[in-house]
Amino acid sequence: MLFTSYGFIAFIAILFILYYLIPKRFQWLLLLCADVVFYACAGWQGLCFMAVTVLVSWASTNLMGASLRRQKETLSSPEGKALPREERRAIKKAAEKYRKRIFVLALLCDLGILAALKYTNFLIGNVNAITGASLASVDWVLPLGISFYTFQTVSYVIDVYWEKIPAERNPLKVALFTSFFPLLIQGPISRFGDLSETLFSEHKADYKQISFGLQRILWGYFKKLVIADRLLIAVTAVCGDPAGYDGAYVLAGTLLYAAELYADFTGGIDITIGIAQVLGIRVKENFVRPYFSRNIAEYWRRWHISMGTWFKDYIFYPLSVAPWLLKLSKKARVKISDGFGRKLSVYVSTIVTWFLTGLWHGAAWNFVVWGLLNAVFILAAEEFKPVSLRFREKHARLVSGFGYRVFETLRTFLLLCSFRILDCYRDVAVSFKAFFSVFTGGRWGELFSGGLLGLGLTSADFAVCGVGVALMFAVSCVQEKFGEVRELLWKRKAMAYIAFSLLAIIILVFGAYGVGYDSSQFIYNQF
Amino acid sequence: MAVKTKKSVKLNIAVLCLCLAAVAVSVWLLGKLLEPKYMSGVLEGAMVREYYDEEHPHDVIFVGDCEVYENFSPVTMWEEYGITSYIRGSAQQLIWQSYYLLEETFEYESPKIVVYNVQSMKYSEPQSEAYNRMTLDGMRLSGSKVDAIKASMTEDEDMISYFIPLLRYHSRWNDLGSEDFEYMFGRDKVTVAGYLMRADVKPMTKLPTPSALSEPELGERCWEYLDKMRILCENNGAKLILIKSPSLWPYWYDEWDAQIADYAEKYGLDYLNFLPLADEIGIDMQADTYDAGLHLNIYGAEKLSRYFGEILSSDYGLEDHRNDADIAADWDEKCERYYALLDAQLRELEEYGYLKSWTLEPEG
Repeated sequence: MLFTSYGFIAFIAILFILYYLIPKRFQWLLLLCADVVFYACAGWQGLCFMAVTVLVSWASTNLMGASLRRQKETLSSPEGKALPREERRAIKKAAEKYRKRIFVLALLCDLGILAALKYTNFLIGNVNAITGASLASVDWVLPLGISFYTFQTVSYVIDVYWEKIPAERNPLKVALFTSFFPLLIQGPISRFGDLSETLFSEHKADYKQISFGLQRILWGYFKKLVIADRLLIAVTAVCGDPAGYDGAYVLAGTLLYAAELYADFTGGIDITIGIAQVLGIRVKENFVRPYFSRNIAEYWRRWHISMGTWFKDYIFYPLSVAPWLLKLSKKARVKISDGFGRKLSVYVSTIVTWFLTGLWHGAAWNFVVWGLLNAVFILAAEEFKPVSLRFREKHARLVSGFGYRVFETLRTFLLLCSFRILDCYRDVAVSFKAFFSVFTGGRWGELFSGGLLGLGLTSADFAVCGVGVALMFAVSCVQEKFGEVRELLWKRKAMAYIAFSLLAIIILVFGAYGVGYDSSQFIYNQF
Repeated sequence: MAVKTKKSVKLNIAVLCLCLAAVAVSVWLLGKLLEPKYMSGVLEGAMVREYYDEEHPHDVIFVGDCEVYENFSPVTMWEEYGITSYIRGSAQQLIWQSYYLLEETFEYESPKIVVYNVQSMKYSEPQSEAYNRMTLDGMRLSGSKVDAIKASMTEDEDMISYFIPLLRYHSRWNDLGSEDFEYMFGRDKVTVAGYLMRADVKPMTKLPTPSALSEPELGERCWEYLDKMRILCENNGAKLILIKSPSLWPYWYDEWDAQIADYAEKYGLDYLNFLPLADEIGIDMQADTYDAGLHLNIYGAEKLSRYFGEILSSDYGLEDHRNDADIAADWDEKCERYYALLDAQLRELEEYGYLKSWTLEPEG
């Protein structure tokens, strides 16, 4: 069921009504039923894989929770307290070992399903390429949103293992957390500790929250249908024919892709958060105006925040303090240099984290290279930090000026656009060739003397996109300066109603939907 | 304070309702503006809705594709035999669409004869969204319309967009022309009693060789709807006549003809295949077709109507209504429009050498 289908709109409309009509204690159960219906629409096989993930997570966390309880009870009982220190330590160690075993098994199972379904063909392709073998690729169903719900579940298992949160005893609640349908399409990858605060609680219909949720859903549909799905036509034309569209077209395609990706992904998240808000459920923001970032590290703190923090919390930090890496750093400090040794663990952790981030985005080398490029530039920025600081001190006036801020923002934006060429063309060699053709391929005159209009969009379409992007930019500026736009509008409710009524009509007229337009999945749904 | 809050809640609800109403009205108005009007070029899309303007009932109702609305002239049948007839035809009308149009027709009147052209029996699956729209958009909202949509939808279509035209035609915002504003709330008539006139001539040359039939059996779904149509006519006291119009292309295979003949015999229906009767009717494909044998022009249509009118009048005993003042007045107006249309086309042919107002020629 596509977010942009009439079926989905009818589905959420019915859900909203039922949600506030039924007794509040059943609300979360209704959501679980809705999840099953939503997920079953994508195929029953996916439902089976998800059921396994839910069962494994529930069983493992409860086994770990029970073990921890037993350990605490034993050690805090009068008999336990009376035990010699070594024995107490042995009991603790044995329990920890048991929990670790459960934990590793659970991770192997959850991540194993993801790895097998998503990466087997990638592995087979690489083995074939390296060894010359001709292993046949597999035709396995990739369940809807598997990357998102697996990461969400894994974070829950890890958090329980780390004793940050207690294990949820009710398997149905674990199932709801794993399968909460608005998050399945493209996240945000939520944490159990955050989501469970509102997911399982009873909700009274709150006029303001429902209004805000519906407004956010509309805004999301505007971005997705009016801007992203329209730009998709031109982006597909450029990226689908790298030989025919090189030089200036690559830059045009890349810039259009930047707008499309932003409108598509943030639009989808707006719909997700809006749906949750109507249901009274709080989902953390996934974007904070990322294109206003002044460097790559900042960008990754503003773009797909839930994914960034996931990798930071569950890969980067644990890896950078892993005993083997600390030992290696120590050795490097002695054998190579003190400075290098100090940085080694950060280097390794950063590279591994970005390698995995790339791989998470897709089972292909272009994503891996994209991830590693991010790592290289983030590390380079760290290396050049002293130089940058000196420059900033020396030219404090210049650096604090608006012009320099714009320069930094544009620089970051263009750099990220360059990385994204790998995402556009989905092939490393073709991507690099396309990138270099921007500087050598020319065709600037052709592009602006009708070439742009040969990409499947009319001048009126470009005008609609231009106005749409300008509106997104204006809203972002207002948010950056004054905060939440809906709050500002709420003070003048009549204005809000008129604005969002207009927005609804604009979506209905200018949206790229229905016959003549291919219903497109959200880009991040493919990850 | 409480009074103030209550007042502000009431005001909010009023503004909200007003906005919702404004959105609903805008959606309706924009739908009216953006839906194609079919007032020039492809006129076929405007035909179905014209039926609802009919003032008097008809003795004969035709259903089917271009082989009825291009090949029969109700005006000729009126002038020659006083038969009142109407063609509920549309471009590439599929048999389930014919059935539901007929079902709807029986809600408005009780014709004595229903004529179904069997050419569309060759299609047992929904074909094209564009043709579906030309038939279904013009239907009034009814159970028959809903069923017709359900039966006709291709894979990419959504039922809801048939009821909220904006959802289907929103992308036309970029193609709006003066016609869209002019005919937003009312259309001109493009047919006379469902007959779409063409006065130009394009003689038949060589027809393509028909390809061998891979599946000679007519589709099960078509038989199902033909059964339904037969029963519907029986239940409404109408006689169903199956015909095959004398259009030479698309090719009408002997295997299909035999199946229809068998069906007609089995259920005691009359089946008239006009193809072998073309000479007897007097059809000359050098003068009586406007597109080299696919459809008849007005001259061919009048010949066929005279021939068929004679059969209807003598074999089926249809009443001559020419002495009924009310009905005659209505048909006089139709005849007047018929000849005015013919004059206009003849003038156009004289001036340009072709029918300029027909820039597109859709398949029937």
